[in-house]
Amino acid sequence: MNVDDLEELADKHREEYAAVKTEIRVCTAASCQSSGALPVLEALTTGCDASDHAGCCVKQVGCMGLCSAGPLVAIAAKDAPLDQAQIYRDVAATDAPEILTSAKTGTPMERLHCPTEMPFFARQQRIVLENSGIVDPNSFKGYVALGGYHAMVHALTEMTPAEVIAEVTTSGLRGRGGGGYPTGLKWSTVAKMPATQKYVICNADEGDPGAFMDRAILESDPHRVLEGMAMAAYAIGANKGFVYIRAEYPLAVERLKTAIRKAKRAGFIGHHICETEFNFDIEIRLGAGAFVCGEETALMASIEGGRGQPRPRPPYPAESGLWGHPTLINNVETYANIAPIVREGGDWFAGIGTERSKGTKVFALAGAICNTGLIEVPMGTPLRDIIEAIGGGIPGGKAFKAVQTGGPSGGCIPEAHLDIPVDYDSLKTLGTIMGSGGMIVMDETSSMVEVARFFMEFCMSESCGKCIPCRAGTAQMHGLLDRIVKGEAGRQDLALLEELCEVVQATSLCGLGQTAPNPVLSTLRYFRAEYEQRLLEQAA
Amino acid sequence: MPLPTPQSSVRVVTMKVDGLDLSAREDETIIEVCRENQIPIPSLCYLDGLSILGGCRLCLVELEGQSRLFAACSTRVAEGMRVVTNSERLQHYRRTIVELLFAERNHVCSVCVSNGHCELQNLAQGCGVNHVRMPYRYPHYEVDSSHEMFRVDHTRCVLCSRCVRVCDEIEGAHTWDIMGRGSDCQVITDLARPWGDSSTCTSCGKCVQVCPTGALVKQGTSAGEMVKDQSFLPILARRRHQR
Repeated sequence: MNVDDLEELADKHREEYAAVKTEIRVCTAASCQSSGALPVLEALTTGCDASDHAGCCVKQVGCMGLCSAGPLVAIAAKDAPLDQAQIYRDVAATDAPEILTSAKTGTPMERLHCPTEMPFFARQQRIVLENSGIVDPNSFKGYVALGGYHAMVHALTEMTPAEVIAEVTTSGLRGRGGGGYPTGLKWSTVAKMPATQKYVICNADEGDPGAFMDRAILESDPHRVLEGMAMAAYAIGANKGFVYIRAEYPLAVERLKTAIRKAKRAGFIGHHICETEFNFDIEIRLGAGAFVCGEETALMASIEGGRGQPRPRPPYPAESGLWGHPTLINNVETYANIAPIVREGGDWFAGIGTERSKGTKVFALAGAICNTGLIEVPMGTPLRDIIEAIGGGIPGGKAFKAVQTGGPSGGCIPEAHLDIPVDYDSLKTLGTIMGSGGMIVMDETSSMVEVARFFMEFCMSESCGKCIPCRAGTAQMHGLLDRIVKGEAGRQDLALLEELCEVVQATSLCGLGQTAPNPVLSTLRYFRAEYEQRLLEQAA
Repeated sequence: MPLPTPQSSVRVVTMKVDGLDLSAREDETIIEVCRENQIPIPSLCYLDGLSILGGCRLCLVELEGQSRLFAACSTRVAEGMRVVTNSERLQHYRRTIVELLFAERNHVCSVCVSNGHCELQNLAQGCGVNHVRMPYRYPHYEVDSSHEMFRVDHTRCVLCSRCVRVCDEIEGAHTWDIMGRGSDCQVITDLARPWGDSSTCTSCGKCVQVCPTGALVKQGTSAGEMVKDQSFLPILARRRHQR
């Protein structure tokens, strides 16, 4: 298959749907499904009869972003971007006739209207999510018709592996799983390893509290991740890929399975892809839901069938990964960035974002914020813009207190630092990290000591138990935080807590343990008074 | 997880440990070189002859020019490497780690069969742990005495996984394993069946001998009577390796 064949396939799909002028898109990603999107889809599908609604079709799509307003339904011209659609929020199955009438007549319905001019939609720049909410995640042809797999076919037939890596290096893309390691450098390291067998792994073991970026990407646009993985495999010389995804994401797993099956049938995964010598097979590995399995060495141990525990590095996976072979591990969002980079060129991507953090980042807004959901903004967007403009601020007229970024490895940012641009390096200066992109907003009623205890409880129960500082240290720290919350602790307990933070940070084996004290350290840094308030008065 | 096999042509490097000039083979780890030269580095999970775990974090050392710490058991030597094994910071961390271990389960030495012959006890004495500042957690675990020769007391276990590794790598039985997460981790025989019912255990007793504490002991021993002998392990391990 070459670019022309692909174009033919896309044309065929367009012909099939030539009669369709208006799409009624129903978001069927997990969060909208949980608020009742499936009955809406059913009501719209049965209500949309061909005779009465000529030119209309009902289509299930992925996440449109504004999860708090789900189920969402959009009425748009065929393949039109999200901001040109008419979006309806909080739709119920009973609203179906009204929506169908509005689609037929073209007159917007005021009652459920969700303006796309609002900053939540207008201020975003969608690269990773460009198809999300537009393409049917289960439709292979739909993805091709939107330009899918063009980048891969182009890379495989017209570029050398070195050129693909060069393009990724030029783009300045850094790992979106949270580490921020330059992707191009990682790829070229694995590519340079002399080995006949190499692997690529897609890390879809997203487990941070409040984060759902990877899940939404896989549920909304699974082919794009496969396309990115295939290009990575081509670039580094691998012939086998694994998607390590947690079993707690059944919808993402199901859609990914469908996508792999359809891509295989079309010859985009398998032997002699695009009539080249390139072979690439992808398998899914289900994780049982252990947070530590997001750590690359633990993830590989789990894929190999062992206990999901990290091991000391070096050797790094690039040198000795799965079954001792060189292995490339990237996160879902990193792979989802590859197709646009190859399509538009690395320079285009490097023009977005800040000097040291290029491109856009997908964030999951959660907690005390009006618009909870998924957003994608250029790197360097001020945090205040994200929370106040895009997120719509704090509901109920309450005051903002802090935003937690980076999950259990991250920290809290107080009001005073809200104007910082969000990128890898500036967040680090505040004692937190970007992480994979979870943002939990807290209002004035939250207790920061309780927040720290929550994250410590998470780390304690997710510790794999291999190394002592993480296993026993997090348990002791949780105990101390619990005593502080309950007002049973004295000054010496706080001192011990701080000491344990240092020891656990410095001595733990893997990233989970090394960063477990971060939520405590960052809350202590900005909200120390709250800790002190809860301490018992020392007897004189 | 064993380190990757070294290349056949091994070179010799020179390095400094605590100011002492030493030579070492390129495929050696810091702890091996230190043990050769009688430089004491505490460790619980590391045992000559078993694969490297890197879990106890007691053998952490400082490398000059690097801010983070390195586990001596899993870090290979390199030309010109300057190692500090006993700085004040390291001593402090080791003390805290030993304290964490004591507080995690129920290590009451006076009634333990390994009293006087216990590696954890020796470590505590070596690190200067004379009291534990953290509250003891006193988890509840049953003692499994179902095996006719041996006994496992989980409240003494430090989860170093020496028993798991020796049974898998030297005896080849893989009777032992670890289940659970975090502090709830527990060593188990077969699929968490009583040891006495194990169909894979060969009753060789290697696990008992390599256990650093009074967690795995012989039946019928009383306080202070359990003496362990680990001298067989490096000899067996090398002979197996040579074949």
